[in-house]
Amino acid sequence: MQVSITVNGEQRTDEVEPRLLLAHYLREVRGLRATNIGCDSTSCGACTVIVDGLSVKSCTVLAAQADGAQVTTLEGLAGADGELHPVQAAFRAEHGLQCGFCTPGMVMAAIGVLADNPDPTDREVREGLEGNLCRCTGYHNIVRAVLTAAQAGPAAGQVPQAQEVQA
Amino acid sequence: MIPTAFDYVKVRSVDEALAALAEHGEDAKLLAGGHSLLPIMKLRLAIPTVLIDIGGIPELSYVRVEGDEVAVGAGTRLFEIERDEVVRAEAPLLSHVAGRVGDPQVRHRATLGGTVAHSDPASDVPTGLLALGGSVVVQGPAGRRSIPVTACWTGFFETDVAEDEMVIEVRVPRTGSSGWGYEKFTRRENDWAIVAAAAVEGRVALANMAGTVVRATATEEALARGASVAEAAALADQGTSPSSDMHADAEYRRHLARLLTRRALETAAAA
Repeated sequence: MQVSITVNGEQRTDEVEPRLLLAHYLREVRGLRATNIGCDSTSCGACTVIVDGLSVKSCTVLAAQADGAQVTTLEGLAGADGELHPVQAAFRAEHGLQCGFCTPGMVMAAIGVLADNPDPTDREVREGLEGNLCRCTGYHNIVRAVLTAAQAGPAAGQVPQAQEVQA
Repeated sequence: MIPTAFDYVKVRSVDEALAALAEHGEDAKLLAGGHSLLPIMKLRLAIPTVLIDIGGIPELSYVRVEGDEVAVGAGTRLFEIERDEVVRAEAPLLSHVAGRVGDPQVRHRATLGGTVAHSDPASDVPTGLLALGGSVVVQGPAGRRSIPVTACWTGFFETDVAEDEMVIEVRVPRTGSSGWGYEKFTRRENDWAIVAAAAVEGRVALANMAGTVVRATATEEALARGASVAEAAALADQGTSPSSDMHADAEYRRHLARLLTRRALETAAAA
């Protein structure tokens, strides 16, 4: 079947099998490998991307379900000049990562948290990231990074290309 | 993990969905948010040969007050139910249990109809619905019919919804002024309930104490007789048949059912 999906502002039409998962579409068909597949069972959140303004786990969405959708992956966050998205910059400033495997999903989920709640408390950040697992950091620096990103204002809860993030 | 191959049919209306169900028969499954179906397809516990995608049917996504009930479309996503002002005001227990499912990313995809049709005994939303009362509206070739929530979930992953029918709507009584409680015991916040208890207006429902969500009828009867919360809650596990697994043995689940029922009833009474 054919799907037409806009990823990071670029629309393309591809022939795919109906059973192709969005995570595999992004990595194998579009060549965008920032989106990691960790547990492959909707638990760890490493594959989180933004689809039509909502954070989702792309290991549990078919590419077919995203036909016609706007998708943003980690690769779509930084500006053309390399300027980091406020959430990326905050993860860097606060050292919100160690091995980095969970980081793309954490950053995309954090954008979703800040879209929903631009000024979250520590607890609200932790609850908002409950679907993302990190096996290195103990989460403290990740939470600090999201709180730091919130100080950058509304841009921290937005993705550059598409429409506004809802949640 | 990759599902077995299937044909994919996207439908835009209930009529199209029912026609596709009729055409493809028992080999077809309806796909809404896919957050119960796709994981079991990836594990090859389900191997449908046709998926009928009802995730884009606009007429199935709504919240309406109709008389003394709130009607919620089956395609409404759980995060929408969690936040909806009408649901929060008129059926706050439903809003709460929708917000206790999985994590934000899951609630962005999962639908009300999907969690009803999946019939997992550990599931938050059916537990809340069973305590609230009300009904599940389904539609098939013969038209629409209403299934009381007490008759909806018939077994583990089994419902009263026939193979040629689909869930259209859930209707719950307006309970906005009544106290309610929901107690869910998990090891991690985004896990399934090891046991959960929902209480509102003297009705109590339990998650994961049998093959389906169940009402704590002995507790309800005791409350109706005027028993104290503590006395009634001590009967919560009567008539249940909890399983033992890696998370908890059956006796511990019985303890949790009594404890969580007491806490849920106390919260409901304090409101």
